[in-house]
Amino acid sequence: MIEVKDLTKYYGSKLAVNHINFTVNDGEILGFLGPNGAGKSTTMNIMTGYISSSTGQVLINGVDILENPIAAKRNIGYLPEIPPLYQDMTVKAYLNFVYDLKKCKLSRKSHLEEIFKLCKITDVQDRILKRLSKGYRQRVGLAQALIGNPPILILDEPTVGLDPKQIIEIRTLIKKLGKRHTVILSSHILSEIQAVCDRIIIINKGTIVADDTIEDLSKAISKSNRLTVRLDGNREEVLFELGKISGVVSVTADMQREDSLYDYEIEQKANTDVRKDINAMVQRKGWNIYQMQVGEMTLEDAFLKMTAGEVSPVIVHNTKTDDSSNTSSDETSEKTTD
Amino acid sequence: MGAIYRRELGSFFNSALGWVFLTVFYLGAGVLLCLFTLVRRTADMAGFFSWMRLIMVLVLPLLTMPLLSEERGKKTDQGLLTAPVSLTGIVMGKYLAALTLYAIGIAIFFLYALILSFFGAVTWSIVISNVIALFLLGAAFMAITLFFSSLTENQFVAYIIGLGILLFLYMFDWCSSALQVWSESLTIDVLSNIFSGLSKAMSSVSFYTRIYDFAYGLFDVSGVLLYVSTAVLFNFFTVRVLEARRWK
Repeated sequence: MIEVKDLTKYYGSKLAVNHINFTVNDGEILGFLGPNGAGKSTTMNIMTGYISSSTGQVLINGVDILENPIAAKRNIGYLPEIPPLYQDMTVKAYLNFVYDLKKCKLSRKSHLEEIFKLCKITDVQDRILKRLSKGYRQRVGLAQALIGNPPILILDEPTVGLDPKQIIEIRTLIKKLGKRHTVILSSHILSEIQAVCDRIIIINKGTIVADDTIEDLSKAISKSNRLTVRLDGNREEVLFELGKISGVVSVTADMQREDSLYDYEIEQKANTDVRKDINAMVQRKGWNIYQMQVGEMTLEDAFLKMTAGEVSPVIVHNTKTDDSSNTSSDETSEKTTD
Repeated sequence: MGAIYRRELGSFFNSALGWVFLTVFYLGAGVLLCLFTLVRRTADMAGFFSWMRLIMVLVLPLLTMPLLSEERGKKTDQGLLTAPVSLTGIVMGKYLAALTLYAIGIAIFFLYALILSFFGAVTWSIVISNVIALFLLGAAFMAITLFFSSLTENQFVAYIIGLGILLFLYMFDWCSSALQVWSESLTIDVLSNIFSGLSKAMSSVSFYTRIYDFAYGLFDVSGVLLYVSTAVLFNFFTVRVLEARRWK
């Protein structure tokens, strides 16, 4: 278990991490999401003991990382943003070095072989690290984190710079690892976190803006009902008519699709459905509906919204009606602090 | 510590650095040996050893320059500093690896002495005490240059700073003896006394003053203490630098 208590980090006078609190339970896969420069790496570097916090405390399985660093670090496997690989060594020699460095007690041969197989680097074990591709280097980086079988894995942007196939492979591997380890992984790519993690923490400008399970977060977000309708007819007139319909909160028309065809973005009140009314109005006016889409706000939108710190014009995405609608949990708690 | 020591030692020979060091060192030593013993047809190695001290100044920073600066520049220090090892363990592992390579370098002097012994009488006590002196002086100097390697991210900057410091210490001794000679030629007593005092003060803190006893085959405890304590002190400083960096 990892407990992060009231963590603050100043770089000079610049506040990089601002009073962060969270707990990661055993067996959890936690996604750490935020734009570049939000404080993700800083937080991870503090948790692994690479740098120290200005105030606050990090407990790794109850052991304070600053007071008893060696005991705490024994529980952590860390893959930093740039894998700490010695370029002039072979994969095998490097991982043997890490094995010695961590004073690993497991049987050297079988443990390393297991890790080679798990990370799919058996074929490159005799190659020099600087000649390896980015994808392989990332895998070797992951392998060094796994040596010694630490109960906690902290992975800083593990898929950055990889091609789509490699990304899928690494994700699958992380999911597999999540069964045996507590995993914290950071990313600025939301779909990645969505695909792998149980729980998500969104961090922006050093502050946690959301901390929830993916399901609850999606659910809380999808409540804002949005609709996109493509109509012909005079733009001003359509805007006026749509605005008159009860239940419609706002209408905008920013996108001209074809000649005199606009996409109207409609925000409706929660728990209402204005589609029938729109249909009736359009028929009455003799216009035509070319397209109608119920847009639900995706996590991507929520992320942009939360990290922008304000409710900006929300883009309506193509509908995605798979998850969150059939989950039993009703408890939605979007903790937006700013 | 053991893992880091073995890796660094291996790395010296994986990269060109270890070979470059040994080549330059042996080349320098070989040339000096020819000039001071073979050409002069003598088995007295005193002149050879005194000039070896200048070669040391040039090559010692080569050994320590990449040890900490490269780690930081290439971000591999993240692996070390988040592993369950102490900072002292990290610094000592690296320091001892460099010291070992240096010891391999100066061990060849015994071979030189052996070769010379076929042609003339070699005073082994002088050879042994000189090698010990060079080892201790090197140990102190390497701790100093390692400290400067910890301050920068670029190994060439580390080399230049290290070289500058060692040259300064080398010149320091010259300055002190030059000052002494000059003070003796002065006619005004007060000035003469001041400069002679200054010269004495400088020579008492100079790293090289104490090596002269070794050069004559005498074992100087205060010299050993000076070199060992300098090595300990600067390694301690290096650990402090790594510690302080985490708090920045």
